[in-house]
Amino acid sequence: MTQVLQPTEQGFLEYVQRGGQVEADDWMPDEYRSRLIKFIEMHGNSELMGVLPEREWILRAPTLQRKLALTAKVQDEVGHSQLIYRVVEDLGKPRAQCLDDLVSGKTKFHNVFHYPTKTWGDVGVIAWLVDAAAIISQKALLKCSYAPYARIMKKICWEESFHILHGRDVVLTMMNGTDEQRELVQEAVTRWWPPLMQFHGNPIPAEDDPVVQWRIKTQGNEEARQQFLDGYVPQIWELGLTVPDPKLRKRDDGVWEYSEPDWDELKAVVTGHGPKTAERLEFRRVSREETEWVRSVMLAEAA
Amino acid sequence: MAFEHAGSVAAPDEGFARAYAHEQYGRRGESAALWVVRRDAVMEVEDFVDELGRNYHRVDGYSLKAKLAEARERAGTAPSRDR
Repeated sequence: MTQVLQPTEQGFLEYVQRGGQVEADDWMPDEYRSRLIKFIEMHGNSELMGVLPEREWILRAPTLQRKLALTAKVQDEVGHSQLIYRVVEDLGKPRAQCLDDLVSGKTKFHNVFHYPTKTWGDVGVIAWLVDAAAIISQKALLKCSYAPYARIMKKICWEESFHILHGRDVVLTMMNGTDEQRELVQEAVTRWWPPLMQFHGNPIPAEDDPVVQWRIKTQGNEEARQQFLDGYVPQIWELGLTVPDPKLRKRDDGVWEYSEPDWDELKAVVTGHGPKTAERLEFRRVSREETEWVRSVMLAEAA
Repeated sequence: MAFEHAGSVAAPDEGFARAYAHEQYGRRGESAALWVVRRDAVMEVEDFVDELGRNYHRVDGYSLKAKLAEARERAGTAPSRDR
């Protein structure tokens, strides 16, 4: 069904703010299209780069079952990036260009994927808490005004839910194990806490955020962070783990108070200065180069 | 169960289209059946114009509530207002 859209920016804005859905071949303002591409592309980049910290642990997983689960998780994340880049292509930016821009550092990916993993404790904590932080944003994207993106988010959220369970299972196994294992988990939580608090971005009022105005994001950064704290801090505390923030507490009115995250660190990391950024982008660059012949053969034969 | 649109794949030929569709939309047993079709094979059937207001052949084209209330009043069979 073709939507009745007024081809004016104001008409379009009112349409999406009323909950109107936009399909790939509908008219859209140039600004909406370019913000959409930027937003969705960063998500695709993040899914692709996000496998690298976890991939490092496939060969070092403690059991065969964990190895299989971790491999499946990595496959899922790469699959997500394929679905997401497909959506970006329909908006007008070819996948090859997305990957070139990622590797050259021109486009961004989420802060959490720029950090190293040190122990198996990290693997559990990442799948449990990092994926949890991500799923909160992703659930809000189910209501994105851009329908093709909202549709693939359904599948993505479904798969992320098993990733979180996997993470929790790894953490619980360790928490019920030895003192040394519990220490590994606590150390990972302590180390991952600052990037987790920065993950949803600094609070921007909805009126000042064009991505919210266009209903691309339907949830503000602070709202997402509050949801994360509300859902997951109790889960962390009930295991006897501590969070390295003495100010962290839930007020009587339900709002979580916390120490101000380091927004400078966030900015530095997402603009390509994270501890592992260069190494991981180099890995992507090399694997892209090494597989160029496969793409050429595939596309030549099919032509 | 009705078919619903899951998404699209970019593939150089049919063989790859099948493989990608399976990998990206069917690897986890998400569906009982999966179809992939070339985008240009889909033909849109255009808007249905209704200048005469042909709502006599739609269930929502009849508004009986008010008429029924009136007929019941007349017959004295209107349901009691007391709850």
